[in-house]
Order: sequence, then C-alpha cells, then structure tokens
Amino acid sequence: MRSPGYFSRAMLGVGLVFLYVPILSLVVFSFNNSRLVTVWDAAHSPTLKWYAALLANGEILDAAWLSIRIALAAATAAGVLGTLAGVALARHGPFRGRTLLAGMTTAPIVMPEVITGLALLLLFVAMEQAIGWPRGTGAVTITLAHTTFCMAYVTVVVQSRLAGFDESLEEAAMDLGAAPATVFRRITLPLIAPAIVSGWLLAFTLSWDDLVTSQFVAGPGSSTLPMVIFSKVRLGVSPDVNALATLMVLAVAIGISAAALLLRYRERRRQRDMQLAAAGSS
Amino acid sequence: MRRFGSPSGRRLVAGIPLAWLAVLFLVPFLIVLKISFSEMRLAVPPYAPLFASHHGVPVPELHLSNYAFLVSDPLYASAFLYSLKVAAVSTAVCLLLGYPMAYAIARSRPSRRTVLLMLVMLPFWTSFLLRVYAWIGLLQNDGIINNVLLYLGLIHRPLVMLQTDFSVYIGIVYSYLPFMVLPLYANLEKHDPALLEAAADLGARPFARFLRITLPQSVHGIAAGSLLVFIPAIGEYVIPSLLGRTDQLMIGRVLSDEFFENRDWPLASAVAIVMLLLLVVPITLLQRSERRELEARR
Repeated sequence: MRSPGYFSRAMLGVGLVFLYVPILSLVVFSFNNSRLVTVWDAAHSPTLKWYAALLANGEILDAAWLSIRIALAAATAAGVLGTLAGVALARHGPFRGRTLLAGMTTAPIVMPEVITGLALLLLFVAMEQAIGWPRGTGAVTITLAHTTFCMAYVTVVVQSRLAGFDESLEEAAMDLGAAPATVFRRITLPLIAPAIVSGWLLAFTLSWDDLVTSQFVAGPGSSTLPMVIFSKVRLGVSPDVNALATLMVLAVAIGISAAALLLRYRERRRQRDMQLAAAGSS
Repeated sequence: MRRFGSPSGRRLVAGIPLAWLAVLFLVPFLIVLKISFSEMRLAVPPYAPLFASHHGVPVPELHLSNYAFLVSDPLYASAFLYSLKVAAVSTAVCLLLGYPMAYAIARSRPSRRTVLLMLVMLPFWTSFLLRVYAWIGLLQNDGIINNVLLYLGLIHRPLVMLQTDFSVYIGIVYSYLPFMVLPLYANLEKHDPALLEAAADLGARPFARFLRITLPQSVHGIAAGSLLVFIPAIGEYVIPSLLGRTDQLMIGRVLSDEFFENRDWPLASAVAIVMLLLLVVPITLLQRSERRELEARR
C-alpha cells in the first residue's frame, strides 16, 4: 500500500459525524410537534411552537439578558488584562514575577471549574467580611470570576501571536526615536489586533457558556442562562431547550461565516496592495 | 536584547494583570487551604475562625478532622478512584479517535486543512451544556439511537445506555475531542514527509513506518493533548450530572454536593485541596510542554 491514510481518513469521517450528529439532532427535534423530544410526530411537524414558547418564557429571556451583559463586561475586561499579560510575557524578557505570571495565566485554563468556583466564592465571602465589598453575590461577582478565567485564554492567544513575530519592527521604531507608547500604538497593537479580537470572542463565548463557576459565585437572585438551562434539563429533555440550542447554533454559524468572509476580504485587499506597491516600485 | 518601554511603564504592563491574578487566583487558593483546616459551624459563614484568641494573643487552630474524615469514609476514596478511571479511559479513547483525525488533517491538501480544522473547532464555539444535553435525547431508553436500532430490527429491546459509565465516556470524549486533535495536528503538521519516503524506499511497511518514525516524533503532541483532556476530565461536573450514574459519583460532584447540599464548606475545601494535589503533577507537565512549544516558535 503506497498511499497510507485510508484508515485515518475514515476515522476523520467518523469523528466529524460524531461531532455533528448530536447538534443536528437538537436542531431537527426543535421542529417536532410532540413533547416527547425523541418521537417524531410526522402528522403535525415541522412546527415553530417551541420557538413561540421560548419567546414567551420570561425566565429564560431575563437570564439571557443577564448572561449577555456579564459576557460583554467580562470579555472586555479580560481582553484588556489578557493583552497586558500577553505583551509582558512575550516582550519583556525576564522580569521579577514572570514565572508567577506565566503559571497563573495557564493554570485557570485546566483547573477544574468546581475548584475555581469554590475558591472564588470563599474569597468573596472573606472580602465582604473584611472590607464590606462585594455586598453579597450576584452579577458583579460572576463578572469578576469570569474575567479571571477568560483573561487566561486572551493571554495565551496574544502571547502566541507575538511569539510569531520578532522584535525587529519595534526595535526599528525605537531606533528612529518613537516613544514607547507610540511604538505600542503604531506597531505592536496592529500586529496583535487579530489576536485580541479572537481572544475577546473566545472570552465572550466562555463567559456566556459558563455554568459551574457561576453556580458557586451567583447569589440567590441572579441566574445566568446556563444555570436556567441546567435546572431545566436535569429533569429530562425539554423541546424549548432544543429551540434555544438551534438559535444559538444559528448565531454561531452566522458569526463564524462573517468572520471568515471578513478575513478573506482583508487578505485579498492586502495582496492587491502588495501588487500595487510592487508595480509602483518597478 | 533591547526591551521596549520605560521601566515604570513596563512595570505597569506586567503589574496590573499580576495584581489581578494574585487577588482573584492566588489568594482564593490560600483561603481554600486555610478553611480546609477549619471546622464546620452552623453560622454565617459556616466555618470556625482559624485563629482563636487566648488572652488577646491569636493562636492558630489547625484541625485535621476534615482530612481524617476523607480518609475514613470510603465514599471519598471511591469517588477519587472512579474519577481517575473515567478520566484515564476517556483520554485513551480520545487519543485513539483524535490521533488518526489529526493525522488525516495534517496529510490533506493545504487548502482543505483550514476547512477541516474549522469543522473540528466549530462545535467548541456552541454551548458545551447544550451539546451534552443533546446526548440525553440520543442515549435514553426511548431515545433516538434506540429508536433507530429497533426500527432496523438490530435489537429487540432498548439498550440501557444513559446513566452508565458508557454515557460518561461518550460525553467526555465528545466534549474534549477538539482539545486532543488541535495539539496533535500542530505537531503532526511539522513532520517531514521525506523521512517516511526514505523509510519506504528502504522497504519499511506502512505500520512499521508509523511505529518507528511518526509515533516517536509526535510524543510531545500526544502528551499535550492527553493532559488537556485528562486534567479537566478529573474534576468534570456537568457531564456526570447529566449523563452519569447515580450510584457512583465523580469527585467534582462530591465537592459540589458537600458545598451546596451539606453546606460543609471546610470539608468541600479539603476535597478541593486533595484534588489539587492529585493534579499538581499533570498541570506542571502541561505547563512545561506549553513553554517548550512557545519557545520553539521563536
């Protein structure tokens, strides 16, 4: 056999089917008329009634709105903190606290969420006892907790993007007399902008999706969307959750396609600019 | 090497995230450690203060009772061992499925690679909770898989798949497969095909070529992918709660139950500390492999 790889290609097919069949099943059965999610009611399906039920469910809508606000705040804070940490780790050489910073930015990624959640709640309780803030738990404590684990992801993305470029551009700008802030704004920031954007999107998704950490640090009054979904599905399958899942898959698909189109457009424009520059110089 | 930025500016860039993580990551673990040596109280917060005051002098009170209880009650040892077993089996299955997938992507045409990688990563962007939930509908007794098998006449009574070890393995492999494929792909993609061609010219059979050339070169990718699956799988909470057995708990669920159901914060903290001690070795290994990866890119 001169061309190996039949086996690996077959496994790739199996793997992709395995990854997509569950998502597909959620989408298909969201249009099913029967309350029994797994029995297709051919006579009365497809139907949009679970979507209507979803939009009439105030608890889910409130939770979704809370989750969006938390994810926006946490992803933005994590974007700033993670960019600072990523720049420090990739560009500052050895400094005091570097090992500590490097360790603390990768540990939250693999740390089991039950431990992170418990540790953060105990911190918030201790802080409230000591300095009277934060008063109780709720949206604020969830946002602080999400920022902490999300910034780790942004750091890794920004750091690995910077590791792919050498420092000659920044050094050249400094040799030409640019101030450090100008170097950062004109050279470093444009280089890492794509990494910051994808880090922010990743952070938003992780915060929007987080259940375990939120459960620990959320007060009795504030339920995020994953918390509401979890308490529903623990009792078994529920068709309006399928409708919700379909809407979320749709949103991700639209977002990813838009990002891919944008990237392709920018790449084409860059190539055109380079051709023009080459033509101009000859 | 020249570094850009003034000393004070540089200190600020590293100092702000360092301070944030010190307060919200390091200090919380010290508090967990402290409370694990405390005793439960029916009070708010439900643990005894760690320093008792004797004539105005604070005296530390360290209780080992939580750890003693963890050792004495077989429930905890069994939950730890079961978690290790589930994580190990799931990691092995992930590797057996993920390795050929990563290999096939790395050997495909460059134009197709991006699409295939995207297909592997895409599920990761949709809700983890909802993707686990989907398996309830697929695996339950009157679920989709059983209905299809019954319709085809392959089985005559439904298979019991939900709330078994099998369903937990499925859930973990399904959720963490991208974490296995991506580091393996990053490794396999860098291999030089000339080595394989040379081995083939010298008469090595395909399996021998894989065993003696590809596999040894991909050890670091295997290690990184396996650790990325194994470590979070140990403390997994959502997957066993939705798909797992009710007669055998994983350690993440035990911690959460001690905290929420029994309101025994000191015992929950002790469980967390033991879990951390279990994970110190794999986490250190992972950080070393990531550092090597980043340095190789310079």
